[in-house]
Amino acid sequence: MNLRRRYLRDRLMVALVYLGTLLVLLPLLFILGYVFVKGAGALNPAFFTRPPAPPGEAGGGMLPAIVGTFIIDLMALAMGGLLGLGGGVLLAEYPDHPLGRPLRMVANVLGGIPAILMGLFAFVVVVVPMGGFSAFSGSVALAILMIPIIMRSTEEVLKLLPWELREAGLALGLPRWRVTLSLILPAARGGVVTGLLLALARAAGEAAPLLFTAFGNQFLSFDPLGPMDSLPLKIYVYAISPYEDWIRQAWGAALLLVLLLMATNLLARRAMRRR
Amino acid sequence: MRSRIYGRLGDRVFTTVLVALGGAVMLIAALMAWELWSGGAEAFRAFGFWGFTLGREWDVVAGRFGAWPFLLGTVLTSAVALGLAFLPSLAAAIAIAEYAPRWLGEVVAYLIDLLAALPSVVYGLWGIFVLVPLVRDHLEQPLFLWSAAHAPALMGLLGPPTGIGLLSAVLVLALMIIPYSSSLARDAIRLVPREQREAMYALGATRWEVVRRVVLPYARGGIFAGVILALARALGETMAVTMLIGNGHQLPFSAFGPAATMASVIANEFAEADGGLQLSSLLAVGFLLFLLSLLVNVAADWVLRRMAVGEGQK
Repeated sequence: MNLRRRYLRDRLMVALVYLGTLLVLLPLLFILGYVFVKGAGALNPAFFTRPPAPPGEAGGGMLPAIVGTFIIDLMALAMGGLLGLGGGVLLAEYPDHPLGRPLRMVANVLGGIPAILMGLFAFVVVVVPMGGFSAFSGSVALAILMIPIIMRSTEEVLKLLPWELREAGLALGLPRWRVTLSLILPAARGGVVTGLLLALARAAGEAAPLLFTAFGNQFLSFDPLGPMDSLPLKIYVYAISPYEDWIRQAWGAALLLVLLLMATNLLARRAMRRR
Repeated sequence: MRSRIYGRLGDRVFTTVLVALGGAVMLIAALMAWELWSGGAEAFRAFGFWGFTLGREWDVVAGRFGAWPFLLGTVLTSAVALGLAFLPSLAAAIAIAEYAPRWLGEVVAYLIDLLAALPSVVYGLWGIFVLVPLVRDHLEQPLFLWSAAHAPALMGLLGPPTGIGLLSAVLVLALMIIPYSSSLARDAIRLVPREQREAMYALGATRWEVVRRVVLPYARGGIFAGVILALARALGETMAVTMLIGNGHQLPFSAFGPAATMASVIANEFAEADGGLQLSSLLAVGFLLFLLSLLVNVAADWVLRRMAVGEGQK
């Protein structure tokens, strides 16, 4: 009798666990399904090649936002990558450097700060002194977002390499900087690239830090010191607009953004495997 | 001789560059705290630190600013979302790591990781056009009509059933944080040694008893870490919440009615703030958000270190 109750209870709880999992998966499939179905309907040649139409008019496209996304994110990757790699190498290759402990702590703190505060910070230190919204200030905000991610992944990947590799280099008479640059970093290339790409994917989806830095721009712009558009910003602006055609294009932009992020993640996984 | 200079000098230059880069990162973090503090100083001076933090009024026209509605909104949305997300995310973690066949577990784990990679604005977009009508027509309006007929006292608590408001924001927020708590719980459960489970099975335990008595207690450090990480994400989540919460800062909040969070008020008002006290107040709200997330992260760190010791988690 008691045993039967235990079996019943077991079956009930296992069923509940599967039910909970289903509860998690259903909305996910629901979201992805909507993005793909509604987004696919909005993608056409004009979407990729035309600037936006004036408010309320149908037609137009996302060209400025697409171009802007790449410019802003690549500038951010250049800045965030440099600082993140430098910090990561310092943490991994000079484990008892006095700067190590505080640096690791600061990176942890920075990693837990909401993205919108990066935007506030970039506004205060870049937009205000330079006198206007600019793509560059948006890149600064995204770069700060990337730094802790890149730093942590770089440190972890470098620490995975056997210490003998460094000793072999040193025994050949190479100075430490050559060991790091010519032995360690090439050996860890795949993992380092993976970290950079994951940070890029994480930052590229963010709209909050760009709201009052890159700001958005209806026209095609290549000027890093002027306001520039980006896909996440465009999705936000179009989603809360009253125009049906803009809302349709917001779904298209969401699909494009999700596809870009998935491609970046896929590339990151491949880079990891090719070590 | 030459190689010595190349080695010594090269090493010195290299470490100097690395230290400069690391120092720059630390400088950025310090500068961030300082700029938010000094940017908000005007508001803190005008209303006093506690006067501003606990001030219940946010009136742009009258120039009176208090952060309490947003503080309350942030804590409320995050806590409720966490409460909603906890059991399903734990269930998903148990299913993936314990019960499901390997291939199925991997598919589910991949899908959940995908959920974490979706941008916040995409959740917001989906929320506005799919979730809001659903919630309005099938949850809020029936409840509202029911309370109008049977329990008029409840109507004030429920608020206007428009779909845009606290409830929708909390639901989307819960969806967004599930992957964070779930993936950490999954990793922790996978770390539980096989022998522990086998010993329990050998004693005649059922599948659920093994999970309940062995796996969950053993993995509780990691599970708790996931919860705190999810909380930290929820506190700072901006775009989806801004798009769904209705952005009203009239206290008291109601379940269906508009509300606001610290992140959402910044996103909503900052670009059109006309300088002066409003701008400073928004920066001060940013500083408070900075403090809050710092607090949560430090607490998480501390809890993790305490739980890791003596829990058998290596």
